Amino acid sequence: MISRVEVQETNSMIREMNLDVRTITMGISLMDCAHEDMNVFNRNIYDKITRTAENLVKTGEDLEKHFGVPIVNKRISVTPISIAAGGLKTDTFVPVAEALDRAAKEVGVNFIGGFSALVQKGFTNGDRVLIDSIPEALAVTERVCSSVNVGSSRNGINMDAVKKMGDIILRTAERTADRGSIGCAKLVVFCNAVEDNPFMAGAFHGVGEQECVINVGVSGPGVVKRALEEVKGKDFETLCETIKRTAFKVTRVGQLVAQEASKRLGVPFGIIDLSLAPTPEIGDSIAEIFQVMGLEEAGAPGTTAALAILNDNVKKGGVMASSYVGGLSGAFIPVSEDHGMIEAVQRGALTLEKLEAMTCVCSVGLDMIAIPGNTSAATISGIIADESAIGMVNNKTTAVRIIPVIGKDVGEVVEFGGLLGYAPIMPVNAFNCAPFIERGGRIPAPIHSFKN
Amino acid sequence: MTRPRWRESYIKEELGLKGIITVLGKDKVGIIAKVCTYLADHNVNILDISQTIIQGYFNMMMIVDISSPTKSFETLVEELQELGRSIGVEIKLQHEDIFNTMHRI
Repeated sequence: MISRVEVQETNSMIREMNLDVRTITMGISLMDCAHEDMNVFNRNIYDKITRTAENLVKTGEDLEKHFGVPIVNKRISVTPISIAAGGLKTDTFVPVAEALDRAAKEVGVNFIGGFSALVQKGFTNGDRVLIDSIPEALAVTERVCSSVNVGSSRNGINMDAVKKMGDIILRTAERTADRGSIGCAKLVVFCNAVEDNPFMAGAFHGVGEQECVINVGVSGPGVVKRALEEVKGKDFETLCETIKRTAFKVTRVGQLVAQEASKRLGVPFGIIDLSLAPTPEIGDSIAEIFQVMGLEEAGAPGTTAALAILNDNVKKGGVMASSYVGGLSGAFIPVSEDHGMIEAVQRGALTLEKLEAMTCVCSVGLDMIAIPGNTSAATISGIIADESAIGMVNNKTTAVRIIPVIGKDVGEVVEFGGLLGYAPIMPVNAFNCAPFIERGGRIPAPIHSFKN
Repeated sequence: MTRPRWRESYIKEELGLKGIITVLGKDKVGIIAKVCTYLADHNVNILDISQTIIQGYFNMMMIVDISSPTKSFETLVEELQELGRSIGVEIKLQHEDIFNTMHRI
């Protein structure tokens, strides 16, 4: 029999500590939509998405009531468009993005991911068309998210793509300059991108995936923070155990919701992504967890170690709670989506360089960081190259979601609104790296032995 | 791809059959009466009930049988929430599986 204490614990996690299921993401393959005519292709993908995801939002809302736990986002990821639309005789995929946007609005999801290209080793014609379409596509659509994988531990780094993406990010920023360059908040550059990530903006339905799948992202920084408040001053063993136990409980909720969603929708369950994803709300912050661990601000010496502990123990606790774990699984460290990180930047505790160090041990990478609008494309490429190198050498996913805010400079703030939050513009190292980026070509894959 | 339509009867077949009702709020006359009347009207049997009052705050937990309610589970959730609003307390009905999953291996 369920005890009163257990019921109270679960419900206070939901009520007071922002426990929620962050996203139910339906992955849909668009492989069978291929056609050489743009209109037919767009009709095919629109029909397939709206038909397959018809009940996604309703089911999410029903489950929310059923279990009494908020399910914040319902989303869709699709086959990378550079592949699905590869047969089109066209020089722009912008109309495809518009079709995706219409489909997303029709079924009521708040984001659709997969306007993507995988170019870690080189470009196909479709990849080139897709990448060139990104600035316009992200400007004229509202819910479409884009990602480009430029490197992997197996293949090395495509430096031509790194160079190109510096320019594309800048053009996307310029094209959406009137809205705080928000286009860049929907664009991720990856190294070692995963095929089953349910979190935006980097979600896409990988080519190794099945026809249709349900992936669920759980969260709960607030729950971890509260649990750690109970063990203040205790040693690291206690600290790690507490994170593990909490992650276990949080993940169990995700597993339950995922299985139930999968059954009700008649779509196979893919994975649970065990991520601590902050929101701008007070008490839902990764930086607050660092503070409870004993750091004055995120960015203080010790932050990388604290993040490593958090990331590893979230995985250790969560793995046993779910039958399939995948996605990015770990702790996200977006700046604009976490009020504690914003505060740390504003107080001068957290710099871009420290964030880069933190990305060696976090689940993804440099995320939602606003930089001055006059930053050069080469500098952005340099940042992408650094981040990709960390991912490539350490066999982990890394990413760059950086926003050069046109017309703003260090000390100013950009407001994105909603889950995307707001961000102070951070200074960027101004020394030149253009000749390095200009070289072009590929960085060969790293050696996988002699690991010291 | 086959996409079987979700059926109302599905909950009864596949999931556990119990719901947990929690009521939180300032104590006043008739909270239990109102909740119990609603449940009786909708053929929901009460299996277990416990309550405490700490510093004037009412805290009740009920385990109920939801194997044959006259309305869908989701409707019961909404109507109980509404009933709570009308008497100034928070009433929450949840499927027991969320607690079982979180606290039992």
